Amino acid sequence: MKLRQLGITVALAAVAALTLGACGSDKAADTSTPAAGSETSAAADTSAADTSAAGGDSSAADTSAAGGGDAAASQLLTNAKAGKLTIGVKFDQPGLGQKNPDGSFSGFDIDVARYVAKELGVDEAKINFVETKSAEREDKIAKGEVDYIVGTYSITDTRKEKVNFAGPYFLAHQDLLVKADNTDITGPETLNGKILCSVTGSTSAQKVKDQFATEVALQEFGTYSECAAQVKAGVVDALTTDDVILAGYAAQDPGVFRLVGKGFSDENYGIGLKKGDTTGEDAINTALKKMVSDGSWKASLEKNVGPSGYTIPDPPENLTS
Amino acid sequence: MDFSFLSNPDYPILKAFWGNIQLTFWSAIGALILGTVLAGMRVSPVPLMRGFSTVYVNIVRNTPLTLIIIMMSQVLYTQLGLKLASRGAGAQGAIDFLYNQNFRLAVLGFILYTSTFVSEAIRSGINTVPAGQAEAARAIGMKFTQVLGIVVLPQAFRAVIAPLASVLIALIKNTTVAAAIFSAEIAGLMATMMENEADKFVAIFIIIAAGFIILTLPVGILLGRVAQKVAVKR
Repeated sequence: MKLRQLGITVALAAVAALTLGACGSDKAADTSTPAAGSETSAAADTSAADTSAAGGDSSAADTSAAGGGDAAASQLLTNAKAGKLTIGVKFDQPGLGQKNPDGSFSGFDIDVARYVAKELGVDEAKINFVETKSAEREDKIAKGEVDYIVGTYSITDTRKEKVNFAGPYFLAHQDLLVKADNTDITGPETLNGKILCSVTGSTSAQKVKDQFATEVALQEFGTYSECAAQVKAGVVDALTTDDVILAGYAAQDPGVFRLVGKGFSDENYGIGLKKGDTTGEDAINTALKKMVSDGSWKASLEKNVGPSGYTIPDPPENLTS
Repeated sequence: MDFSFLSNPDYPILKAFWGNIQLTFWSAIGALILGTVLAGMRVSPVPLMRGFSTVYVNIVRNTPLTLIIIMMSQVLYTQLGLKLASRGAGAQGAIDFLYNQNFRLAVLGFILYTSTFVSEAIRSGINTVPAGQAEAARAIGMKFTQVLGIVVLPQAFRAVIAPLASVLIALIKNTTVAAAIFSAEIAGLMATMMENEADKFVAIFIIIAAGFIILTLPVGILLGRVAQKVAVKR
């Protein structure tokens, strides 16, 4: 009797798993997302230009692939020419990408997104900002729901397999944010026995635990704002993520927080766009270089994160040469 | 499909599911007790108790669970300073404190929320007990607590095993909401896995969905049989 029950349970679980698996593959094939298990069908569905780029890593192979194509292959530039762009940003990062209560947007990432759009010939009023949370960025680019993403998007090798990156336009470092009157936290290695906050699923808190302080207690919340509120109330000791994000929180609440200022990793922020779209990538890079050379890059940072006392770094070398 | 992450020691999947089982266990016990008390108040002869129970059930039942769980941490703990665990000395003390504090806050949230559904289920069970039973009990001189405890509730419980099983299954799945404040459970682990293994999205999803089916299906089958066995024949 018991065995039969178990048998039924396992059988049902297997059926459910198979059904779900089938759905997943279908969906992936439809949208040409190179998701797990559907690489063959995805490759068969993609256009010629995409397929030739799919195997290679970001820059060298892609450039040769785009050599055969023309500017019309870039959906981004086509949309820009039509005068309308959809840009993915973060909505909840003060100083970088924030949606204000009155519906307007502000922050350094927003300024970069607007500047690039302006250079591509799109009026500020014609930009449609949509929220792209960290976990859904690659997917939204692949499906074409956004033309490009400017949202503290670190360039990594795994991400390069799914999207193209323009930039980097900013070099951030992972850092710690503590209360202004805290004196005993001076760097990641002083966190043993302290409570450290970060967002669910992020790798930054894990990095502190693995590399600097194995005896740190990790608190995870859904958003950085919740962490910041708890640091403010004194129930967690520190908040960790990239320094420029932390500077945004410090600038929002002057005098409450202290940025420790011992960066312990390099995060290259890039602008994510569709895999294989090298024409679009080049156009964005040109716009970024212009933003640095005419001073608006620095002015935007000073306006958005300057009030926290955060030292504005030099722009990445690729934009100054 | 690539399931290689199953053997990665960075992803303690079974341990995370154990976190959900522990959350479910303590929340279910608490919710059953509080839910029974609320149902008892709902049928009591004291208007104030009836009113309180009605208002409580209708407010809490209609509040999103995520909001309740986040309120536990951000309002009860952060703002009002409610501590459900004590912070021991040393580094391990901080880790244990954080674990216990968040675990207990989450359990408290689940109890407050789930008890409203338990209360409504039991109240419907009380309605299946013929009024004559309570009248007869009162006629031989029993007090309200005796009528409820000895005559009505035992019959009511036997009628509501199946609805309570649904509440329990919902609770098992609801425990994933604890990820909002408590990291040692499966939804938090899933977020971490999806961040690190973005290309295995579907495989991760299947494993976790299958895990929940393995947890919930036996509960439904088992309690369904119990319900049949103990049902009051009328």
